[in-house]
Amino acid sequence: MAKTKDIIFDPLVDNNPITLQVLGICSALAVTSSVTTALIMSISVTLVTGFSSFFIASIRNFIPSSVRIIIQMVIIASLVIIVDQVLKAYAFNASKTLSVFVGLIITNCIVMGRAEGFAMKNPPITSFLDGLGNGAGYSLILIMLAITRELFGAGKLMGFEIFKTVNNGGWYIPNGLLLLPPSAFFLIGLIIWAFRTWKPAQVETPVFKIRSSDGGSH
Amino acid sequence: MSKLSTWARFKKAPIDNPVKTMIITVLICFVASLFVTFSAIQLRPVQKTNTLNDKRKNILQVAGIYEEGKTIDEMFKNVEARVVDIRTGEYTTSVNSDYNEITGAKDPETSRALTKQEDIASIRRQSFYKVIYLVKDSSGEFNKIILPIHGYGLWSTLYGFVAIGTDANTIYALKFYSHAETPGLGGEVDNPNWRAQWQGKNLFDDNGKVAIEVVKTGASGKYQIDALSGATITSTGVNNLVRFWVGKNGFGKFLKTTKEQGIQ
Repeated sequence: MAKTKDIIFDPLVDNNPITLQVLGICSALAVTSSVTTALIMSISVTLVTGFSSFFIASIRNFIPSSVRIIIQMVIIASLVIIVDQVLKAYAFNASKTLSVFVGLIITNCIVMGRAEGFAMKNPPITSFLDGLGNGAGYSLILIMLAITRELFGAGKLMGFEIFKTVNNGGWYIPNGLLLLPPSAFFLIGLIIWAFRTWKPAQVETPVFKIRSSDGGSH
Repeated sequence: MSKLSTWARFKKAPIDNPVKTMIITVLICFVASLFVTFSAIQLRPVQKTNTLNDKRKNILQVAGIYEEGKTIDEMFKNVEARVVDIRTGEYTTSVNSDYNEITGAKDPETSRALTKQEDIASIRRQSFYKVIYLVKDSSGEFNKIILPIHGYGLWSTLYGFVAIGTDANTIYALKFYSHAETPGLGGEVDNPNWRAQWQGKNLFDDNGKVAIEVVKTGASGKYQIDALSGATITSTGVNNLVRFWVGKNGFGKFLKTTKEQGIQ
């Protein structure tokens, strides 16, 4: 029981795909300028990761190892196309804003990483939960980024005005940098710093040590 | 050995046997494609409605009568679609109003290739039939004409609408609903401040010649629009496409008739 709980909650902070494994950065930069798009992207990635892990784990004993990556890709790509079709049907405006990034879930390293690293060696239900957990870890960071960027970049949250901006006759001068993709880099950096200060176990051991200038061993 | 059935031999073969690998891969691809096909076909009707409503929303926005909270169908009651044959400038019933101009422009029956001199909007082929929209005010009188326009910018074909008054001369608004110009530069064709310049400008001069133009800097008078800074090619594209569509190869004849006789 405790193990199942770990599989779901570990990826939130202790083994977060973005902050610890540093995967899925590309889409974390691209879709986090507003909370609505970040939420839709989060749900899509979580579902795709969960179900692709489930299906891959179900047939893991039949996948020839020489073509395993291709077979994983076929399953992931099919799921992503289905998600894209559903969004176009039931969340048309959001799918217009996300445009190409829904299709790019196929290349999201988190999905592939879980398929290759976990689902190929574990039973379907465990893999499904692992996929959902990792999706949730990705979502957590995405939503944190989106709240910061939309609130301070546009003075809004989910399109509703929180800070009245100068352009609309208010007092808040929006920080335009936060609406540009590079700002997410700085924010992810700060989040990684915060996480590793809170959980020092996440700090990687340096590959080599720089000698101190006085010639001592430390 | 020969007693083993094909299935048993298949099962006994090692997982990375080449034949087995091929069969499994093809099988998985086939099953995956079934799922994709099924979802695409099942969802197509809903997606079509969405695309149609999105187009209608753009028409309502360029007409300035879009209101948040009302249904598209309700607002669209004040809009009437008509088909214009641009060769004669008259209304036609040869095709109905859900005619798809993009596929129509590829069909030699309903379109023609433009010559290099004519084709300033870089659209290559032009459909004879264009679906236009007439907007009624609250008393049921027509007060705006919405013409579909398109042409090439820097990276993409820009599709949009221009709304003009009943005099077939004064611009009410211009809006593109689909393009892929550079965000922040050419993409600023969507900027409300830039689009606001078009309001009240005239398409034709007193002699009936096309006079509207996008100028690099210092737009003045009732025919000139300031170009977008940093987006010369997109601005030129917009200039050309607007001039093409209101000109003699576009809606020229239709606009002339409308100017003389009013909206029929």
